[in-house]
Amino acid sequence: MTMPLIFERSEAGRKAYSLPPCDVPKKDVTELLPGWALRKTPPALPEVGEVDLVRHYTKLSQRNHGVDVGFYPLGSCTMKYNPKVNEDAAALPGFTNLHPYEPEDLVQGALELMYELGRYLCEIGGMDEITLQPAAGAHGELTGLMIIRAYHESRGDGAKRTKVIVPDSAHGTNPASAAFCGYKVVEVKSDARGGVDLDSLRAVMSDEVAALMLTNPNTLGLFDENIVEIAKIVHEAGGLLYYDGANMNAIMGIARPGDMGFDVLHFNLHKTFSTPHGGGGPGSGPVAVKKALAPFLPVPVVDKKDGRFVLDYDRPQSIGKVKAFYGNFNVMVKAYAYIRALGARGLREASENAVLNANYLMRKLAPYYHLPYDRHCKHEFVLSAAHQLACGVHTADIAKMLLDYGFHAPTVYFPLIVREAIMVEPTETESKGTLDAFAAAMVEIARLAETNPEVLHSAPHKMVVGRLDDVTAARRPVLRWRQGEQASGDCGN
Amino acid sequence: MNYVPHTDRDRSEMLAQIGVSSIDELFSDVPAEVRLKRALRLPEPMSEYELARHMAALAKRNATTDDLVSFLGAGSYDHFVPSVVRHIVSRSEFYTAYTPYQAEISQGMLQAIFEYQTLMCELVAMDVSNASLYDGATAVAEAATMACRQARRQRVVVSRGVHPEYRATLKTYARNLGIEVVEAALSDGVTDLEDLDRVTSPATACVILQNPNFLGCVEHMDAAAEIAHASGALFVASVDPISLGVLAPPGEYGADIAVGEGQGLGSPMSYGGPYLGFLACRQELVRNMPGRVAGETRDPEGRRGYILTLQAREQHIRRERATSNICSNEALSALAAAVYLSWLGKSGIREVGELCLQKAHYAFDRITAIPGFRPASSAPFFKEFAVRMPVPPEEAGKALARSNILAGVPLGRFYPDLGDAMLIAVTEKRTKEEIDSFCRALEGLA
Repeated sequence: MTMPLIFERSEAGRKAYSLPPCDVPKKDVTELLPGWALRKTPPALPEVGEVDLVRHYTKLSQRNHGVDVGFYPLGSCTMKYNPKVNEDAAALPGFTNLHPYEPEDLVQGALELMYELGRYLCEIGGMDEITLQPAAGAHGELTGLMIIRAYHESRGDGAKRTKVIVPDSAHGTNPASAAFCGYKVVEVKSDARGGVDLDSLRAVMSDEVAALMLTNPNTLGLFDENIVEIAKIVHEAGGLLYYDGANMNAIMGIARPGDMGFDVLHFNLHKTFSTPHGGGGPGSGPVAVKKALAPFLPVPVVDKKDGRFVLDYDRPQSIGKVKAFYGNFNVMVKAYAYIRALGARGLREASENAVLNANYLMRKLAPYYHLPYDRHCKHEFVLSAAHQLACGVHTADIAKMLLDYGFHAPTVYFPLIVREAIMVEPTETESKGTLDAFAAAMVEIARLAETNPEVLHSAPHKMVVGRLDDVTAARRPVLRWRQGEQASGDCGN
Repeated sequence: MNYVPHTDRDRSEMLAQIGVSSIDELFSDVPAEVRLKRALRLPEPMSEYELARHMAALAKRNATTDDLVSFLGAGSYDHFVPSVVRHIVSRSEFYTAYTPYQAEISQGMLQAIFEYQTLMCELVAMDVSNASLYDGATAVAEAATMACRQARRQRVVVSRGVHPEYRATLKTYARNLGIEVVEAALSDGVTDLEDLDRVTSPATACVILQNPNFLGCVEHMDAAAEIAHASGALFVASVDPISLGVLAPPGEYGADIAVGEGQGLGSPMSYGGPYLGFLACRQELVRNMPGRVAGETRDPEGRRGYILTLQAREQHIRRERATSNICSNEALSALAAAVYLSWLGKSGIREVGELCLQKAHYAFDRITAIPGFRPASSAPFFKEFAVRMPVPPEEAGKALARSNILAGVPLGRFYPDLGDAMLIAVTEKRTKEEIDSFCRALEGLA
């Protein structure tokens, strides 16, 4: 049964809206605006009643998997439980109904929350100062690199330092952010233990390097034991260290990027600090820096002066603005609430249990799937479908089959350095029972790969649609609905 | 509280399965010299009840637009958000999901995004829309870099009528990419077309105007588009979506890329975020478009479904050659916009625009009739206008706040030549009574 689009439910003349009355003396629109300014053809928005509207989107929600529906072990995404009390707090009118240009005296609660959240994040990261302005992790990366660039330029070193080094295991956003900041990207190899290959790093290091971008633990879920040496190599050549905070959930209260030698880091509040991902966003990507880089933070910086919280725009060396206003404030409210609920002990326990869960699941699956790096992992681990490939079964088949068991699939085909990669991040909020059920499904799939690979090739079987054709979608893109252009199929409800 | 469900027994069974005796052992690869040897210095944890009370107390220390009557706008607007929007975006199947990478288990969000894309295309009268960007400011910056790639040129012309924070963001992005940003002057509150023509050249990748512009004035978008196209540059229109039931949409005046801030479409003001950056363009530009996009496809049985597509543009495939570094976007705000626009429908989008238009003009007529208050521009406007006033706008703002009114945004910070002016926004929510009492308070100042 095909789910109709909202447009296909439209009936001319039907209405859901109710707007305030026009209680001022009404004039003809043509008196108020010249003809050339007016719209000629009205937009073909759907015409539906409120009940139909609510049912439509409720039905859509039922065709969607979230953490509240079931296990979501998407590697590098930290799909932990999103506490409901944080949602309630963020929905308070005292947070939602604030205009960004209200005078500071009227929004002291909001500014205090931002200031304190910034202090907490600096303590967790081992950094000195922070901006909350970036809207997502990749936005944080771009902001952090801009800060690094401004720092080098302030030292007369900017024109020479044109390269940013990223490991071959890095998130795709790392090289993309470096390029979007005008840097040339240089890739450095990983060693046999999954860390940065020190010889390769030394070979590419020079006074042309602005920064090394690193995730630690890295995208293989492995802590780079050579981090102190790596920091030394980069710093000795005058470069800076950028920390991609996507994997911060492994180390809260255990180790701090600032103590490892990192100069700039971004947090993903929507990963580590439990704010929901919203089906793709909004996120929030605060960037914390060491003192020497603080003058370059975007404006404004939230500060405290004489017991009053203020927005400080008087920062002459600032890179400027990376977004309108001050960042995704409503996301910050949830992250602040999370940190206040857990405290130092709770955050450390969250990381410890995230690592426990990942190692437990990794050991349960290791007999059935190839484990390319056989050592303790941190919050996530990477398997390969190399064994299954021998039976003609690919990672994609395994991922699609998992959906039928009621689980979201892990991250697949990433990191790029592992063939047929399956990247699993269970997070600390999953019970042993859930992990066992997931492991049982994975073991069953490994068995099916040998006995009945066809059932995997045609998976999923129990979803509202079967495996969708992504090749045709990209070759002949249909990116919007148009009246009468497509057969609407069976528009049942 | 840590939301960890394990019992001690669970933990010991799990450690046994791993083959270690303690969780500490799992961290043996963290070198001693980088280990934190103390507890993090953070406030003591709170129970859920304590937390709820603490958060409520913090919230109470803010004056909301429920407590005060707001005439603030300037890129963040107090539009009505119907209950249906909040209820739908509060469905946790939506808000606790990640980006719909596994299409078959994420059809709800994917279809909602596809609907959002269609609704935005209809609204701005363009061929294709992406799935969202961070906000209006970054949408302008992304459109500029997109135009530079498309035109293979490195100069961008932007009107001083574009939101000052958007221009600041554009400049931050452009600087590192070697893109030159040239500003076109304003004259009587709108883009000076002679100056625009003067600064636009065959080296210009795109010309960017905002409509209505930051001062609320309606721009001659068709004339600006002609100037851009005469130099082979793309024309980028940054628009207020709420205006588009009334005002001409970008597609009707020849824009190549339409961007803007979609906060007014069902998202609260939330002290500046999260908002909704939108970007739509002509079909020919689609492969240079930044950000995610959902497309229609079929399953083996011919059933219709939706999937993230054209991913060869994106960072996770293309890495340093991607069209943008964007990954997370504002999907939930896009969902809010889809629900809001479907709630309004064909006649509602016009009605909400007309309400803003009527109420703003009533306010304008009343305010500019007060001795000493005069319009900052003679150009037509939609829901926002600038007035010069006989008292410093900052002081007026403070005085009016004591009467529970959030007066407009003082403009001196953004335009030194408008140091005596205030930008006043009037949405459909304002009543005649509220506007009248605002005027009485202003009369008291003069």
